[in-house]
Amino acid sequence: MSNVGIAIVSHSPLVAEGTADMVRQMVGDEVPLAWCGGDPDGGLGTSVEAILKAIDAAWSDAGVALLVDLGGAETNSEMAVEMLPAERSGKVVVCNAPIVEGAVIAATEASGGASLEEVRRTAEELSGL
Amino acid sequence: MSDIDKDVGSTVEAVAQAIIAHADELTELDSAIGDGDHGHNMKRGMQAVLDDLDALAAKPWDEALKAAGMQLVMKVGGASGPLYGTLFMTLGKTLDTPPTRAGLAAAFEAAIEALMARGKAHAGQKTMLDVLVPAAAALKEGKGPAEIAAVAATACAQTRDMLATKGRASFLGERSIGHIDPGARSSQIIIEAIAARSGDVK
Repeated sequence: MSNVGIAIVSHSPLVAEGTADMVRQMVGDEVPLAWCGGDPDGGLGTSVEAILKAIDAAWSDAGVALLVDLGGAETNSEMAVEMLPAERSGKVVVCNAPIVEGAVIAATEASGGASLEEVRRTAEELSGL
Repeated sequence: MSDIDKDVGSTVEAVAQAIIAHADELTELDSAIGDGDHGHNMKRGMQAVLDDLDALAAKPWDEALKAAGMQLVMKVGGASGPLYGTLFMTLGKTLDTPPTRAGLAAAFEAAIEALMARGKAHAGQKTMLDVLVPAAAALKEGKGPAEIAAVAATACAQTRDMLATKGRASFLGERSIGHIDPGARSSQIIIEAIAARSGDVK
């Protein structure tokens, strides 16, 4: 797949899965898509291990854009990006955007073949609204 | 916290057990101004460290601290995972083996720098940094273990009157005042556990 991939990281697996459902409805199967949510025991939280798996599942040579919710999701996502092998870590970005709207708009942009930077910029334009 | 003649395995074990012993208190503090999972998360991370203790104790200080940090990153599950993980991993990366007091002070400083970058935070925001920064300064100034523990205890108590401007507690604005910060408290517990083991070392 040459389109940028999207990975969704929420404290809640329900939010992450629901967001992914909305993305699928909008863009079909044209972008690699993965989600993760919940801490290692299945409670609310995020897990670096699960984020690394989601990045892997959404992998595209064009890169992966991460859409995250609160604090720990962002910190854990940044940690996960740093832990990727060098050839991958430069191709994954954490978007500073609202998780649901950001994921849908990022995926829509990605489905048109936009670059990782364009996908990120489009998602982040939502933050200024 | 003077010249370290303790082995890394039992030091890490003491830290992990102290956190586990205070898990309920940490969760209670976090329930007041956060999302109520700090004790539970830290306990899970420290339990993973204990489960790995035999392998960890066989490593030199630097490698053992890096391994402990990695367990925290992977197992804690909240923001405190990458934060404490970064702290321990950077300590491991910068500490001389065998550790000396001067080396520890420099490594602690480097670890706090890395922690600030990871959390995009600084002292004064009602976070763990409000305990770690004064404790690191006390260590650098040459204070003894008991004095460093006292500095950490005072600093932790002082977070009660602070306004949170970072982390989940910042959502509460003024209502964050009047509660001790759970991250400050877990940092204090860790410093206390290390200091208690170093009390007899001059």
